[in-house]
Formats: sequence, structure tokens, C-alpha cells
Amino acid sequence: MSAALSVRDLVVGYGGAPVLHGVSFDVDDGTVVALVGGNGAGKTTLLRTVSGLLAPSAGTVHLDGRDLARVGVEDRVRRGLAQVPEGRGVITELTVEENLRLGGLWRRDPAGLRAALAEMYALFEPLERRRTTLGHQLSGGERQMLAIARALVARPRVLLLDEPSLGLAPLVVAQIMRTLRELCDRTGLTVLLAEQNVAGALSVADHGLVLGLGEVVASRPAAELAGDDALRHAYLGF
Amino acid sequence: MDRLVFLLGTGLARGTLFALFALALVLIWRATRIVNFAAGAMAIVGVYVGVAVTGLTGSYWWGLVATVLAGGLVGLVVERGVLRFASPRSPLSGVILAIGLVIVLQSLLGIAFGQQHEPVPAPFSDRPLRVGGVPLLSPYDVFVVVVALGLMAVLRLLFVRTTLGLQLRAAAFAPEVARLLGVRVARMRTVGWVLAAAAASLAAMLAVPKELGLNPHAADMLFVYAFTVAVVGGLDSPGGALLAGLTVGVVMSLVTGYLGATLAPVAVLALLVVVLLVRPSGLFAQAEARRA
Repeated sequence: MSAALSVRDLVVGYGGAPVLHGVSFDVDDGTVVALVGGNGAGKTTLLRTVSGLLAPSAGTVHLDGRDLARVGVEDRVRRGLAQVPEGRGVITELTVEENLRLGGLWRRDPAGLRAALAEMYALFEPLERRRTTLGHQLSGGERQMLAIARALVARPRVLLLDEPSLGLAPLVVAQIMRTLRELCDRTGLTVLLAEQNVAGALSVADHGLVLGLGEVVASRPAAELAGDDALRHAYLGF
Repeated sequence: MDRLVFLLGTGLARGTLFALFALALVLIWRATRIVNFAAGAMAIVGVYVGVAVTGLTGSYWWGLVATVLAGGLVGLVVERGVLRFASPRSPLSGVILAIGLVIVLQSLLGIAFGQQHEPVPAPFSDRPLRVGGVPLLSPYDVFVVVVALGLMAVLRLLFVRTTLGLQLRAAAFAPEVARLLGVRVARMRTVGWVLAAAAASLAAMLAVPKELGLNPHAADMLFVYAFTVAVVGGLDSPGGALLAGLTVGVVMSLVTGYLGATLAPVAVLALLVVVLLVRPSGLFAQAEARRA
């Protein structure tokens, strides 16, 4: 299986204070990889660097074998890299439909865009009823669905999800995780899922990465990781 | 009663100009969180170009077109050349750059054209039309209202109905999220500046024939009133700019008509103070703004 996303020796910091110390990993095509770790482990920093919002001081990011070093955030999106940021990232002043249309902004096939919107409404049914509702009037779960649906409208190769379960009820989280897994199985979408909800993330992931203080401390199949008591106690807090 | 009707009519006409100019300030504020204190000086550059083109071609309409184009070009140059470099971490940085621009632009215009007031003819009569013996708006007032409201309607359509408008709004409301969706935020900011500067130039071109004439400071008071309108309406609210513009225009007209012209600025200031005390974010500000 080839790597859709490949990260090598990534070093990133804020104002000279390093947060990631030479992080390396691959995300294989069509798999879900859970990126887990406690607060301050560097999960969000890693995703922001992969999407291009942060510039690394060293290391590389490759998407489908192509180096993204000189590719800006907007062009990474066009190449198939989509990120759902932490805090959901719904533009609250825009309606559900407008948020979704933004997801397919750069697509040049109007028919394909319409089909993608219809598919998202079918996938996340609550959104269909709230097409003209402004983002700030949605519940937390609806906002998360909208943020994921919006990213999917672009038909990305790789989806980066940052803490999708944050602040949501367990039932809503379970529904979102289930939908995500089904989608990956059906479409071959590749997902890098950063989560503090370790059990939830590992339950839908193929592979797990444990990030501790800016380093990858474990990289194993998700089921194996979930069963490693020593590692869970040391880095994952459960 | 006749007087009241006349004052209300002229107040609404003046208010549409305030609203159009205020809309230019709102567009910049939404996109960059900068109050563009240079809006008046930038607009007057466009008006000088428009008046020159009118002189060269003998056509007011070509002059009007040139004003809008030149205004947009000034917006492009100012954003790309100056205000893009304002630090996003310091709100004062943009304000100071804008004030510096006012000084530079007005000085350059003064050197090039002098400080005297040049009369600018209106394309239509400024004498009020009478309907049933009651003096109402002049043909020029009607022209101003139609053009100002027409442009505001076009801008609304652009923002609400087009993909470009969607990108402009996304870039203004949540720049980082917009970038993650592929919106070229820096380019959208430039487009916003161009649109805002063109609208402000058009408002100034429409206002100048009714004022003392054209000189480098001709839009100073227009800017002050428009800024008041933008604050009263809510700096985030284009709709608020329109409603507050009409309100301020009518208040000024009524106070001028019944109490004297010298009290009109005081009345506007009083309105501003009351709004700032009662609802500091403006009457029509969106409470949920910036919670993406």
C-alpha cells in the first residue's frame, strides 16, 4: 500500500520554542490513522503544519509523493488536502448551504458540485433541513457535521480532522465516527484523525500514532495500540 | 408641512451619500479590522481624475466612470503598496498608516492642484421639483439617490449571489478557515479595497457639486459623517450603514432646517454619543460576529 501522506523529520516551533521534534510517519492510501496524545503533545501543531498554516523549520511533507514545501495553504487544498480545524471552523455568519458551497469553491464541474452537495445532505441528514440556517444557530453536533461535510465537498485525497469530538455528546461523536468510517470504506478516503478521545479514535482507525511532547512515541495498528495497557497509562491517560 | 416634507426628502438624499461612503468603511473594516481614515483623501484622488476626464471629454458621464475606475485603482495601490504591510497584531498600525496616507495624499493634491475650491457642475438641476405645490427633491437629488442606492444594490447582489462575494465574505469573517477552503484571502482583501475605494470615490463625486467645490479636503466632512454613520450602524453591518446613513441625513436636514446649520454637526455628534453609550457596537451590529 502506498503512502498518501508522508511526513519526515518535521521540526516546528513557536518563537524559537520547538513543539515538534523530528516527527516522521506515513498515512497509507485509504486508511484512517488516529493521532492521539495528551494536551500539548503537538497534535494541532502537526496538522496545521501539514495543511501549510505553519511553516516547519526542518523536515518535509509529501502528498502522493509530491513535496509540499513550496505549496501554499490554498494550493494544498486544490491538490487534495483538506483540514477540518479544531473548534469546528464553521463560518458562523454564513448559512449551511453557503458553507458547503465554499467547500467546493475551486471545483470546475457544476454538475459534480451539485452531486457532492446532494451526497453530503444525504450523508448528514440534519443539515438538509437547515440549509438556510446561519452557522451560529446550529448545535455543536450540526456544526461538526457541517465542517466535515464542507471538507468532503472538495473530494479531498486526504482529510485532516482536528479534535472532531471536542465538546460533543458521546452519541453524536459515535455517529460522526461511524459515518466517517463508512465513508472511508466506501470511497477510499484517507484520514488523519487527531483526537483526545483515544478510545473513540482508535475504534475507527486502522493505525494509531501516539504523540508525546512533540515526538512519535508509538506507531502501531490501532487495535494493538488500544490493548497496550502500559502505553495507555503512560501517554493516553486511561 | 411643506417644509418638513422638503427637509425629509433632502435629508434622505444626503443620507444615501453618507450610507454609500459608510459602506466603503464597513467593507474595509470587515475585511481587515482597519478603520480607513484615508478614505476621504483616497476618494478625492478619484474625483480629481473624474473632473479632469470630464474637462477633457466634455462628458460628465465619462468623468463619472473615470472617478469609479480611478478610485478602484487608488484602492489597489494603497492596499498592495501600503496597508498590506500593517501589522495584524497591532490595530494602531493600520490606523497610523492610514492617517499618514491622508497627509501624503492631501499634500500631493495641494501641490498639484492648489488649495482653492474649484466648482464642479452637477449634471442635473439642483432646484427642487414641486409636486402639488410642495417642493420635493431636485433632479440632482433624485440622480444621487438612484446612483447611490443602485450601487449599494449591485454590491449586495455581488456579495450575496456570486461566488466572488461568497469568497469575500468568507475571507472577511474567518480568514484562516477561508484559506483552508482554498480561498485566496490576500487577493480577496485587495478586491475588497478596490470595491470600497471605488464606492467612496463615487460618493465623493456625487457630493462635491453640492458642497463648496473640489479641493484636497473636499471629502473631509463627508468622511466624518460617514464614519459616524458606520459607527452608529455598526462597523460590521452593511445594512446598518444604509439605515444609519438615512437616519443621520434626515437628522442633519431637520436640524439644519429648524435650528440652523451650525447645530447640525452637534446633533450628529450627540447621536453618536448616545449610540456609543447605549449600544457601543452599533445599532445593527451582528452580536454573533467573529465566533467561527
